[in-house]
Amino acid sequence: MTAGDLFLQQAINGLSLGAMYSLLALGFTLVYGIMELINFAHFNVFMVGSMIAMLVLQAFGLSGQQTILTGLPLVGVLLVGFVVSMVGCGLIGVFIERFLLRPLRNVKGPAAMITTIGVSYILFNVVLLTLGTDSKNFPNPLPPIKWEIGGAVLRMREVLIWGIALVLMGGLTYFVTYTKLGKAMRATAQDPEAARMMGVEVDKVVMSAFFLGSALAGASGMIFGLYYNLAKVDIGFAAGLRAFTAAVLGGIGNVPGAMLGGVLIGLIESGSGQVIGAAWTDVVIFGILVLVLVFRPAGLLGRLAPNKS
Amino acid sequence: MASTPLLEFKNVNTYYGDLHVLKDVNYTIGEGEIVSLLGGNACGKSTTMKTIMGVVRAATGTVTYQGQEINGLATSERVRRGIAPVLEARRLFARMSVFENLEMGAYTQPRGAQFDDDIARVYELFPRVKERRNQQAGTLSGGEQQMVAIGRALMARPKLICMDEPSMGLSPLFVELVFDTIQTINRQGVSIFMVEQNANMALSIAHRGYVLQSGAVVLSGTAAELRSNEMIKQAYLGEMEAPVA
Repeated sequence: MTAGDLFLQQAINGLSLGAMYSLLALGFTLVYGIMELINFAHFNVFMVGSMIAMLVLQAFGLSGQQTILTGLPLVGVLLVGFVVSMVGCGLIGVFIERFLLRPLRNVKGPAAMITTIGVSYILFNVVLLTLGTDSKNFPNPLPPIKWEIGGAVLRMREVLIWGIALVLMGGLTYFVTYTKLGKAMRATAQDPEAARMMGVEVDKVVMSAFFLGSALAGASGMIFGLYYNLAKVDIGFAAGLRAFTAAVLGGIGNVPGAMLGGVLIGLIESGSGQVIGAAWTDVVIFGILVLVLVFRPAGLLGRLAPNKS
Repeated sequence: MASTPLLEFKNVNTYYGDLHVLKDVNYTIGEGEIVSLLGGNACGKSTTMKTIMGVVRAATGTVTYQGQEINGLATSERVRRGIAPVLEARRLFARMSVFENLEMGAYTQPRGAQFDDDIARVYELFPRVKERRNQQAGTLSGGEQQMVAIGRALMARPKLICMDEPSMGLSPLFVELVFDTIQTINRQGVSIFMVEQNANMALSIAHRGYVLQSGAVVLSGTAAELRSNEMIKQAYLGEMEAPVA
């Protein structure tokens, strides 16, 4: 492999990781934009998403890499996998908001944030006790189609991951730009009290943000499984922290920022793995987090909001 | 008063935690009236607005709208029934376009022919708003923003508009325009309840007024009565040379 091929290969890998991080980062950003709350439960909603996706694929009789599907059955299985993991995670998000966070809505201080940490542990332990700690073989029904581009290899799973991420991000962008509820979400993020006085039901907006963010985490969890061929109870922490870094890098609260940040973090991860060594990935990524917070705390696309009194 | 007033406060008390803000307050706003609420800073004027909108709840006493008690009614339902705010400092959604801000004003209204009519009416009232419709609201001048804020309230098809300091921060020219517009809107049948520091201007267009001090109504009457009241002259009218812009 030449240096150019290596670069291309790492770009392909980075974009796939980036697709996953972008979807996950959107959940942090949607909730933060509306409630100024960092939802740490999001880490493990993502993990639960990958478990749900795995169980769905297994329910279709798939196991490991032995079953290869093509055509309509493949599309159908993937579609059901994504829909079920997204709806499942979305409902978990709604449950967390409705029953665990809404009672704390008007409580000042870190109570809500600490609750999300607690919920994260509950999700982790529920999966640990029911499905165990072992690394599971995530079914991958994709045919082993690949294309050689120079010396780099592009596999079908990468194209699929990019395609799904683009569809979901396009859909979300359309939703917040053009729909009534999407506009209400933007208005609430900018000025919750004024939005309320326009007649926006803030509860509905907050719940929608949790549903959408968590559903995207579900999709991201399935992408993780398809990409790494594994599901494990402890995948939430590393992926979640990287996605959170992506959200901060892009400007937390900013939807295009989360997408951009996710792609950048993915590329940085694969690039630094190539150049410096995979063991240094976390050092590089969290080093970037620190640098962003020090030199550009609003992120690449964010803006510092004036302090609300 | 023979007919039912549009909005009525009866012995309303409100609190922020332990802080007693409105103290046994009574207001009535009749159909088609412009009623002005005068008072210094931190006397409960903005709390009055928030209580009307349902953002702050009356702890005791009743708030009645169109003859029905609305104490427990959600803000969104109040807007749907025709109470719309023009908020202090305008509070536009700065990173949304002017058009989107107007859409937010119509949030409780059905989309369709009615929406198009209402938008056309706002554009007719404020040609400048039409010119700026695709611009981000945050990039407009203060006066233009106030026009959008009033337009946004009109999009809710209000029967009552509650205005919090509509002249604040505006140049004298725009203050004039805003007060003219308020009268135009009022002549089209919309009642106005207006909190205003600029007592001179407020009393020149209002039918009646209330004076609030430390959360209690200390004086009320027709605009003419208030203008000739010695206390008002000294406390509010005499000082109106204060810089406006």
